[in-house]
Amino acid sequence: MDIAPYLLLATLEGLVQASVLTLTALGLSVVFGTMRVVNVAHGEFFMLGAVGAWVCAMLMPGPPWLGFVTALIVAPAIVGLLAAAADWAILKRIDYDPEATIISTIGLMYIIQQVVLMTFGPNAQAVDAPFYYTIRFPWFGYSSYKLFIVVAAIVLVFALWRLMKGSRVGLLMRATQYDKDTAQNFGIPVDRVYSGVFAVGAMMAAIAGVLVVPNQQAHYLMGHDPLLLSFVVVIVGGLGSIPGTIAAAVLIGLSDGLLSVFFTPTLAKIASTLLVALVLVFKPEGLFGKATR
Amino acid sequence: MTNDRKLLLLCLGVLAILFALQFVLSSYLVLALTRILILSVFAMGYNILMGYTGLLSLGHAMFFAAGLYASGLASYYWGVPLGWAFLIGIAGSAVVSVIIGLLALRTEAVAFMIVTLMFSQAAFLATLHFSKITGGDQGLTLPTEARSFDLFGLVLDMTHDGTRFNIAFTVFAVVLLLTYVATRGPFGRQLVAVRGNPGRTEMLGFNIYIVKLMAFTLSGTIAGTAGALYGLMFGYIGSSFADFQNSIQPLLFTLVGGPGTLLGPLLGTALMTMLIDRLSGLTTAYLIVVGVLLIVMTLWAPKGILGTIRDKWARWLN
Repeated sequence: MDIAPYLLLATLEGLVQASVLTLTALGLSVVFGTMRVVNVAHGEFFMLGAVGAWVCAMLMPGPPWLGFVTALIVAPAIVGLLAAAADWAILKRIDYDPEATIISTIGLMYIIQQVVLMTFGPNAQAVDAPFYYTIRFPWFGYSSYKLFIVVAAIVLVFALWRLMKGSRVGLLMRATQYDKDTAQNFGIPVDRVYSGVFAVGAMMAAIAGVLVVPNQQAHYLMGHDPLLLSFVVVIVGGLGSIPGTIAAAVLIGLSDGLLSVFFTPTLAKIASTLLVALVLVFKPEGLFGKATR
Repeated sequence: MTNDRKLLLLCLGVLAILFALQFVLSSYLVLALTRILILSVFAMGYNILMGYTGLLSLGHAMFFAAGLYASGLASYYWGVPLGWAFLIGIAGSAVVSVIIGLLALRTEAVAFMIVTLMFSQAAFLATLHFSKITGGDQGLTLPTEARSFDLFGLVLDMTHDGTRFNIAFTVFAVVLLLTYVATRGPFGRQLVAVRGNPGRTEMLGFNIYIVKLMAFTLSGTIAGTAGALYGLMFGYIGSSFADFQNSIQPLLFTLVGGPGTLLGPLLGTALMTMLIDRLSGLTTAYLIVVGVLLIVMTLWAPKGILGTIRDKWARWLN
């Protein structure tokens, strides 16, 4: 039996996973980079994107792609507003204290989860892909939608990159990240930058959630794994560093696809959680950067 | 009367009331109180680290589970008598606390929280991965013959409500008095100094790594004691005791009752378990209350109930 088709399949699956992971982890990374807070509710924004996609698919009449496109616009918008509201109602009031932020975002995580459970019930919901077209490889056929995820992720990452490096908004973000107080003195509305950044980070996760839902069913507890993997990626790649995050997401996404061929998922998760812990213990300055002043 | 003397008298009074409650309450409420006392021990352990030393761990389920599994597995597989199994549980969690403490205490603040969370998550996943031994999700139920033991000729039966309550009460009383002693004298001052200003404490010549490690080990071992007690008394061990939610539990109890107060964990545990028991009868989504309270406490009452009372009226209520 030839191993090449298996490797190709695992690589493709890995690339799809890496794309979703890059988007989710970048959201977490941008928030940490600018605001120096860790958002434990990040996985729930991902879940809300997925559930939003399901709701749109149910409510929109017509072909599946119409619901999908609607979801791609509506779900991130709602999640972004929700995140901005959470920033205003909670994070601003505790003055972005790192430890208090973690506790209150854990609270936010429970609230979002349980509200979704109460509203939509405990069942996992499947959503149709917006288009079905199978790309024929010599050995197997592959869903073109999955490749669309990869392309969409590349486009979005590029857009974020341009936003950060080439626009006035990005300049304000970087100035705030560099020195919050000086930025404030120069008239930059730091409060609004923070709200905006928190919203953008949440929207990245929501978009990833919308993209993933034709592959994976929407469920109120589905935010757990993306959160864990985003932690792995963001910490291994260096918190707040965008190129590091992308590199780590691709590496971990690819290796996860390959590893799951050989190991059980639980064992792979044990390895990745231990990796995060040990990186933080033995390379705290190097990889956690300026987190602890 | 000195402040410490007042506090000690208050503790003894609370202990006397708790002991007397078993003669007044219905057997259902005595069972509920037994659970509250064990979980208070867990929260008191957590409080030593979070309240007194100022180190926020997100992984204390790991130590609770260490005590639970060390004692439970010893009883289940080797038929170790209950008294010895309990000691094995305490020893097991002490070993785990020292090892994790040595590693995790190299980090600070947010990194410390994430490291403890990750280690705890790895431990939880390990209980699932080795489900052939641990029973995984399903857990293991201890056989009936392992539910009673002989203490100096006195046969104690773990299926009897009164026996269970009095054992839980004894352990609770010992841990409460131990915490009182540990948080008063020189050691207690060092903990508070590390919380207040680690840099200055170090300049004064204290090895803060050792102080933190001692607090961490004491905290984890007390959490493990609660775990061992819980498993042996109710005759069930399962991986749900190791999950994230069980790490949040002592954090919430301590936060509500008052971090850094001796009786805060008891108050928080009592209020929260009663509230959650009520709500879980009404809705499946009772965890939403946990979420709301975590936010409400951080926003408006970061010092908890007893902490707020202490700051306003009674300085001695530490």
